[in-house]
Amino acid sequence: MTLANSCSGGSPSTFIPNTDHDQQAMLDAIGVADFEDLVADVPEAYRHPTLDLPPAAHEMSLASEMAALASTNYIPGDYACFLGSGAYRHYIPAVARKVANRGEFMTSYTPYQPEVAQGSLQVAFEFQTMVSHLMGLEVANAGMYDGPTAFAEAALMAARITKRNKVVALDTVDERNIEVLRSYSHYQGIEIVRASSADLTVPNDAACVMVQSPNVYGVIEDMGAVSDAAHAQGALAVASVNPMSLGMFKSPGECDIDIATGEGQSIGVPLGFGGPYVGLFTCKDSYKRQMPGRIVGKTTDTNGETGYVLTLQTREQHIRRERATSNICTSTQLIALMVAAYLATLGKQGLRETAELCYQKAHYAASQINALPGYSLVSDGTFFNEFAVSCPKSSQSILDALIQRKIIGGADVSNRVPNGIVFALTEQNTRAEIDRLIEALDEIGSMS
Amino acid sequence: MAAMDRRLLMERSVAGRRAVTVPEPDVPLTPLPDASLLRDDLLLPEVTEGEVVRYFTLLSQLNFSVDTQYYPLGSCTMKYNPKLNDEMASLPGFSEIHPLQADETVQGALRVIHELQEMLGEITGLPGVSVGPLAGAQGEFAGLLIARAFHEDRGEGAVRNVALIPDSAHGTNPASAAMAGLEVVTVPSDEHGNVSVDDLRNLANERTAVFMLTIPNTVGLFEPNILEITKIIHDTGGLVYADGANLNALLGLAKLGELGFDIAHSNLHKTFSTPHGGGGPGSGPVLVTEELAKYLPAPIVSENDGKFVLGSPDRTVGRLNGFQGSFGIVVRAYTYIRLMGLEGIKAVARNAIINANYVQSQLKDDFDVAYDRFCMHETVMSARRQKANGVSALDISKRLIDYGIHPPTMYFPLIVPEALMIEPTETESKETLDAFIAVMKKIAEEADASPELLHSAPHNAANTRLDEATAARKPVLRWEPEAAD
Repeated sequence: MTLANSCSGGSPSTFIPNTDHDQQAMLDAIGVADFEDLVADVPEAYRHPTLDLPPAAHEMSLASEMAALASTNYIPGDYACFLGSGAYRHYIPAVARKVANRGEFMTSYTPYQPEVAQGSLQVAFEFQTMVSHLMGLEVANAGMYDGPTAFAEAALMAARITKRNKVVALDTVDERNIEVLRSYSHYQGIEIVRASSADLTVPNDAACVMVQSPNVYGVIEDMGAVSDAAHAQGALAVASVNPMSLGMFKSPGECDIDIATGEGQSIGVPLGFGGPYVGLFTCKDSYKRQMPGRIVGKTTDTNGETGYVLTLQTREQHIRRERATSNICTSTQLIALMVAAYLATLGKQGLRETAELCYQKAHYAASQINALPGYSLVSDGTFFNEFAVSCPKSSQSILDALIQRKIIGGADVSNRVPNGIVFALTEQNTRAEIDRLIEALDEIGSMS
Repeated sequence: MAAMDRRLLMERSVAGRRAVTVPEPDVPLTPLPDASLLRDDLLLPEVTEGEVVRYFTLLSQLNFSVDTQYYPLGSCTMKYNPKLNDEMASLPGFSEIHPLQADETVQGALRVIHELQEMLGEITGLPGVSVGPLAGAQGEFAGLLIARAFHEDRGEGAVRNVALIPDSAHGTNPASAAMAGLEVVTVPSDEHGNVSVDDLRNLANERTAVFMLTIPNTVGLFEPNILEITKIIHDTGGLVYADGANLNALLGLAKLGELGFDIAHSNLHKTFSTPHGGGGPGSGPVLVTEELAKYLPAPIVSENDGKFVLGSPDRTVGRLNGFQGSFGIVVRAYTYIRLMGLEGIKAVARNAIINANYVQSQLKDDFDVAYDRFCMHETVMSARRQKANGVSALDISKRLIDYGIHPPTMYFPLIVPEALMIEPTETESKETLDAFIAVMKKIAEEADASPELLHSAPHNAANTRLDEATAARKPVLRWEPEAAD
């Protein structure tokens, strides 16, 4: 295999300690003459196939090759970035980044042996504590893959609880969430119905009503109204929220939502081109035994000391197999740790101040853009840190022109809004960057 | 062990303390929304930066890990994770790019994905690759959706709704099959620890959508009848799925595609040395034959005239997660394969298999071997001999902790009583294995001479044995303000 930049000359012995001499001594001890005797079950004609791979690289050469490759990407920060729509560029304090890099956290595995995994287990308990209180719901699990899969699993859970199979999703839910929901529910006999958020009617055979807040236009939804409408028909209310918005806005629990999920990326996880992230999953206490995923509980040891264990495991695949609540076999623990460390670092004051800073920057940008000729704010209602704008030219042409000016514009939503772009702001967007965006949009909009 | 301060963050919280400050707004202020939309209070800790560091560092030290201990956890492939992997994933050009940036602004990232797709395809002999699935179980789910789409396109979608799964399989296999709407039919193992070929022949029929086989199987054995097995399934019109949990045993030794597998997943966090993270994040690329590539989940990266683009295959089974998979894990696996290179990848299976057989050969007088034959990358032993004396696999596992070794996987696979599944991996030296063997022999002696020492183990860990029954019966799942009073 020929790669574009292929350094070579390294040695795999860096990671494989046993020398030829060691290997021979072990084969002797096993009592075989040759390695081939150990793998006689592999049909001989299929053994040791030709393999076309690049040669081993020296660490130094590969590090430099990959650094060069990485630097060809357009990096937010070098570029002013106003892209959000599910992933946000928040600042992660050094301390929160550092603690997650501990080898004892990184290179351990699932805490099946709790006595030697108390670190991971106590972190998970902290994560469950902070996430559940942030969401305003009694129970959080230890983490899902990401926001969209958590949202989809919430629909499956609602269907199990209500024994109904119709899922009503508001038309203001991001299409990515709906696509994942479709993949997850296709073979579960679940029907997905889209409903107008402006004029919500819930059928009496609905399992749940699914709302996203802030929605695809950045607008804070009336989650309380969604809950009331769902509950009136015996359905559950399921929400997907941006957890950063909960630094200031009412929690799903305060709005009587039954199952609330979220993309944990915005609270402590680098953008990382889309992953790994962590899905937040919370619910009312009465539904906890229908939850997917791992849950950590507090208990005591034989000396009466406090400790933590995986619990309610009879829901899970390794016990319940095809009758499990989900096939998930991870809690995305390391990313949950990042979230726990971030929330611990930001703390009670810091999260609120950060959320409000995002709000202020976004509202300044929105009012400035709305004042430009040809641009108008489409988002109708209260918004948090992103908003949709209708532009005087095609979204694509505007985004292309912005890139020329070292600005990564927003997300193209022309499928929903003619010439629509959703801009997102975080505390990291400086006023100078915002003013540069306004100036660029003005100039691009007025060019013939 | 000296008493440690295990208080939770909220129990350390003091009003007014903080670990970070946030700048004042540099833009004209907008009034906040109506108070009815805002929350009153946030229940989060108030601690200083120093306290955050000391707390999380203390917690980290309560973990066993590959960086600190020998960790022969069977089926999990706890090999050493090269540090360059993490450093490359942290490069700003990879860690700080937004998933929705235009393709032309992320060519370097797309190239890494594309080259990893190619390398995984080459290693497994299954050229259609999506690195999208976020873990092994999601890779399984993707593979099963592909199988269903394939049968639907042939007009057999409604009829072919059975997944055949061996009784030795991981629990994710039947759970994933259920999510894909398939009925699970269990295939028994024979007395040698392999799939019972006669039973498989009887169970395979026109309803078979797919046969899911872990290879080597969860007993650590390669199916000697693999060619017959794939033929039986193909003759009925079904597809053969390889659960790649144990792919480490086949690196450079055999290609799944050549053995007749149609679909597979690979766990990058096992075989390709990305850190397990205490239980994720994983990454579970799904791999298929050329014929099935059109069904791969979205998105995949293709190359056109030297330009890399994200796209959806024609008959894609759809989107399984928010963006394009665990990119940070993809970068790590890519780095690993480049560091190892052709000669390194070829050495993996050889060393993993020698190491496992060495451990098995040195311990077979002290513990029963589940199936007395050469194993692949892991050996499944049984404590049934010790059980006669009242000492269980659990006791032995907990006693290993006292000697500073992480226990093997226990009580799995389900078909082996008192199972102890030991996977040394290729990154452990003979000296480490000899030390482990010596400890296991000592424990076997202790099991005879002083079983109470094992029943009460571990003695020097962060906790003694924990009460899991009460934890499940009366769940306490978070810190509550009342509890502090």
